[in-house]
Amino acid sequence: MGLRGDAAVVGFAEYKHERKYSGPRKFTIEQWADLAQMALADAGLEASDINGIVCSDIRESGMFMPATIAEYLGQPVNFAERVDLGGANAVGMIWRAAAAIELGVCDVVVCALPARPIPSNPQPQPVNPMRYFGASSMNWGSPQAEFEVPYGNLAQNCGYAMIAQRYAADYGYDAAAMAKLVVDQRRSAALNPNAAFYGQPIEIEDVLGSKLIADPLRMLEIVMPVAGGGAVVVASREIAAKCSRRPVFVTGFGEHLTIKTPTYAEDACFTPVGPASQQAFEMAGVTPGNVDAAQIYDCYTITVLLTLEDAGFCDKGEGMQFITEHDLTFSGDFPMNTHGGQLGMGQAGAAGGMTQTIEAVRQIMGRAAERQLGTCDTVYISGTGGVMSEQSALLLQGG
Amino acid sequence: MDNDFAKPLPRPTPTSQPFWDGLAANKIMIQHCLDCATWVFYPRSRCSSCLSDNLEWREVTGDAVLYTFTLTRQPTAPHFADEVPQKLAVVELAEGVRMTSTLVNIDEADVRVGIKLKPVFAKRDGVTLLLFEPI
Ligand SMILES: [Zn+2]
Repeated sequence: MGLRGDAAVVGFAEYKHERKYSGPRKFTIEQWADLAQMALADAGLEASDINGIVCSDIRESGMFMPATIAEYLGQPVNFAERVDLGGANAVGMIWRAAAAIELGVCDVVVCALPARPIPSNPQPQPVNPMRYFGASSMNWGSPQAEFEVPYGNLAQNCGYAMIAQRYAADYGYDAAAMAKLVVDQRRSAALNPNAAFYGQPIEIEDVLGSKLIADPLRMLEIVMPVAGGGAVVVASREIAAKCSRRPVFVTGFGEHLTIKTPTYAEDACFTPVGPASQQAFEMAGVTPGNVDAAQIYDCYTITVLLTLEDAGFCDKGEGMQFITEHDLTFSGDFPMNTHGGQLGMGQAGAAGGMTQTIEAVRQIMGRAAERQLGTCDTVYISGTGGVMSEQSALLLQGG
Repeated sequence: MDNDFAKPLPRPTPTSQPFWDGLAANKIMIQHCLDCATWVFYPRSRCSSCLSDNLEWREVTGDAVLYTFTLTRQPTAPHFADEVPQKLAVVELAEGVRMTSTLVNIDEADVRVGIKLKPVFAKRDGVTLLLFEPI
């Protein structure tokens, strides 16, 4: 079962992540074109090489998005997907691209997630109060509209906080360990010019002293929204051989979805990234013990903790001790989120997970500058959408 | 408060109407699958275990324990600003089903995973919400 490992990431592009974006405003579709062009150029490919695209939502269209993008780019494609997995989008996009390439229906696929602000509409639009409900649908007949939103269980913070509280009751909780995770990632972010927190390391006391948002989660354990976005180009082995960069082969993936709202999870402390990661490792013939780095989706500290455990980097209940005992920075004994993660980069909406993938590619290609690992051939990546409800895992390996 | 931020209330569907009718009469009605004996929550047209449509509404006591919770220090939406700290809860009924709710009549310091709870039928504008309080 699975991929042969004959498709590779051959190039990428990443916008600088900025808390306050002050550059020229472009529509999502224009950002898509910009990122596609930059990623193709990075790979040494041309626009006419594109024959597949994978997108997520674009602000200008409510449907038929892949066709809209293909038309805008002026490139006919044999493979087009719109992925709807929130923070798991990037990983979900890349394995779909690799699978389509291995099927032989295409050989150059652009996966892009633009997330900069679009131009202000000169015709003021009425503010929809429903926008506060985020990913919780208020449509009649939606389970969230009926059984979640009326109780205030909406947006992301409270769901992750409730998972953390249950974890604390079942396995104990070490707030200082969670703070150290943030501190280690911010040390890597401090050396990443694309990170919102570039040049801004912090101390454990800063995290523990930051404002409580939803017990037990504090502000610095939660990603900060930023403008950003990124893209990768996935290509066949034959195309990769002609590209300018070291090919980064997609050798394993997994994806697992269980619930929309964690209230209905069988056990809130065992997350879908477990089965997803197990499949990815088995497909690649790799174990958690022999990856050179892990780029773990980190919308919240609790997300990383549970992924470390469920993906098999340590046992259930031992994640806090693992974090305490290992140096997680780019120069540490367990390099994790070596770009600073989203806690260090800022989170550019559903494009946040693209930073984890791009950093994995950057490290394997040997382009991580001051953060470059000595040896980096195999990297584990996770993606998390919703409230640990839709998760994905990827193994990338240098050719 | 700005009327735009009136609290969102549930709108029963043909499938869920018996649940909300039950709450209006201070009863908790949960679906039970007659084919596989699964308790089903939230209300569905088919069993969440075996997809049978052979479901029967049964009244349950509402005896529950707190599965998990959070106390929000900023509202999850402006509509709930007056409730901060919201005592958001995942509650597990004796039948095993879990539901989202809000705790009332309890001090922050007393909210702990595993405490025993009983239902509170909270009348709102045309609908009854199911809240919980400590026993
Ligand atoms: Zn059944």
